[in-house]
Amino acid sequence: MTDVSVAFGGVTALSEVSLVVEPGQVHGLIGPNGAGKTTLFNVACGIVRADSGSITWRDRQLRRLRPDQLARLGIARTLQGVGLFAGLTVLENVMIGAHRHARAGFASALFALPRSDKDERELRTRATAALADLGAEHYADRYPGSLPYPVQKRVALARALVSSPDLLLLDEPASGLAEDEMRELGELIRTLSGRMSVLLVEHHMDLVMSVCDRVTVLDSGRLIASGTTEEVQADPAVTAAYLGEDVDVAHDAAELHSGDHSERAHRA
Amino acid sequence: MSDLQTQGQPPAGNPATAAAPASTSSRTSRIPLPESTLLRHLLAVLVCAVAAVVLLEITDPFRNSQLATLSYYAIAAGGLTVLTGLNGQISLGHGALMAVGAYTTGLFLSADEPLPLPLIFLAAVVVTSLVGALVGAAASRLHGPYLAGATLALAVGLPGLALKFKETLGGDQGLRVRAPRAPDWFGEAIKAVSGNPASATKWLAYVGAIALLITYFLLANLVRSRIGRTWRAVRDNDVAAELAGIRLGSWRVLAFVVSAACAGLGGAVLAIVVRLAAPSAFTLVLSLALLTAIVLGGLGSLLGALIGSALLVFLPQLTTDLGSAAGLDGTEAAQLAPFVYGVVLVVAMIFAPAGFVGTIRLRWLARRAKRAIARESGR
Ligand SMILES: Nc1ncnc2c1ncn2[C@@H]1O[C@H](COP(=O)(O)OP(=O)(O)O)[C@@H](O)[C@H]1O
Ligand SMILES: [Mg+2]
Repeated sequence: MTDVSVAFGGVTALSEVSLVVEPGQVHGLIGPNGAGKTTLFNVACGIVRADSGSITWRDRQLRRLRPDQLARLGIARTLQGVGLFAGLTVLENVMIGAHRHARAGFASALFALPRSDKDERELRTRATAALADLGAEHYADRYPGSLPYPVQKRVALARALVSSPDLLLLDEPASGLAEDEMRELGELIRTLSGRMSVLLVEHHMDLVMSVCDRVTVLDSGRLIASGTTEEVQADPAVTAAYLGEDVDVAHDAAELHSGDHSERAHRA
Repeated sequence: MSDLQTQGQPPAGNPATAAAPASTSSRTSRIPLPESTLLRHLLAVLVCAVAAVVLLEITDPFRNSQLATLSYYAIAAGGLTVLTGLNGQISLGHGALMAVGAYTTGLFLSADEPLPLPLIFLAAVVVTSLVGALVGAAASRLHGPYLAGATLALAVGLPGLALKFKETLGGDQGLRVRAPRAPDWFGEAIKAVSGNPASATKWLAYVGAIALLITYFLLANLVRSRIGRTWRAVRDNDVAAELAGIRLGSWRVLAFVVSAACAGLGGAVLAIVVRLAAPSAFTLVLSLALLTAIVLGGLGSLLGALIGSALLVFLPQLTTDLGSAAGLDGTEAAQLAPFVYGVVLVVAMIFAPAGFVGTIRLRWLARRAKRAIARESGR
């Protein structure tokens, strides 16, 4: 993503931001509220079109594509809320996520051909596996509205993962989660990174610093720092941006730094 | 036919369903059903076909003609419940789409050597689907009141075409439809089954029943498949659906086309049953009646669309009869019907907002949940 700018009316949400997500890496995106993180996600998944700049993924120009086209190219995203389909069971929700792997067309569905049944079985198997990966297979027949928030978040993640994306965009996946759930989430994201690239927006600095390979910091739509977690934490511009908003966050980040480092070395 | 109903309604808002059990074992029914969707649905069609024959043979010609009326309402309502209940698009224009099917059928039947009836019906379906594709393409960009407004314009505007092309479409008077005669084998078959005489009315009722069964079979197939699931996803959360790779526009248009195809077939059956295609038959009242039927029956449910249509057909007669029995004269008794409609609609909204089938489904989910809780606490 190079020199991407977005303005809503008079408000500049992103101004000439460039960002590279390396294959198989977890890339963190942080910044105070209103910095433009969600907007950057919206640009990356096609919900918002960039006013200028270019977005490429695997040598393809993406700037003019719709969200559904991007999804079929292997870019999956979770929403900042949960965004599950209320009238679909958990299993059906995840089966929708596997949409790009469906093969049977309209005619085979209309005449209930064996082809359609087979396709459904395959989607169900995929979806069940994705739910099992996240420990949510027991909820397959339930409706999302009847489930606790953390479970809903896991289902939403399963829905994104079931498509086996090449690039996964996670918007605040840890919000509303308890400590131990957050730790599990961090471990999960680390295991994903081998299979896909992850772009992660998160307010919990400890999580960001423990799972990300690289971090980009936005403030008021401008890129103020980018680099490894160590580099970014040492950057005075970052501390300054955070000092303006929330001292605790920067403090947390600095404190957790050393511990995370050893943990990651251990894993590698 | 419970097999044909959808899983469309979210049980949200009912606290008892909050604990609906997750175990798949609770789903196994006592009667073993075939794995294959095709076999299961064919089995249901067979059962319904037998029921239809029995129903048509034990009732008199007057009821036969009422059942024919039911069939074309139910065909169109089935399509509308897919569009509105499963895909979340409202249409006030389905009456007009029925008109397209009816006029197409009337024109084809007026030929000196008319095509075989199935082909004519197919033509009506194709023509109406094309109109539906056009309307759907426009509609897929509209939401809520705008969509209602656009389809309303269709409902009001399209019958006007009949006035414009007086020569071919018959203007105000409408187009007389030559109803096709029953083939000889039909009379023999009916005699063999029940010994009843095979009247023209009976033939039309059978044509309607067959069209209805085929329509619901195909719709049930769609509803049960990936197609139905995708429609519901688009209805529930279009942003999330799009992020899952679903092209919203195409799927909305597809729902509209399928729904229009049903309206077209409904109109075709109407044309031969009523023997007339006239603008006065396809006013906004017809579109509203279809919407009433699917809301009463339970949005998104085919069985609900059938039940709602039955209410639509039989309720006016029932209230008129009751009115006469209560000592009202003919016109007074007939005036009861709209009033009773209103009351039924209001009562349904208060006591069964999810519609007939939807409410029963919620009850069932609640009971299942209670049993699950009992099981868990028993451990
Ligand atoms: N759809 C929109 N319309 C108008 N302004 C928007 C829209 N989305 C975001 N913004 C503005 O863009 C800026 C960045 O917002 P956002 O990307 O949501 O930040 P973050 O996710 O980092 O908190 C904010 O000033 C916000 O008000
Ligand atoms: Mg945000």
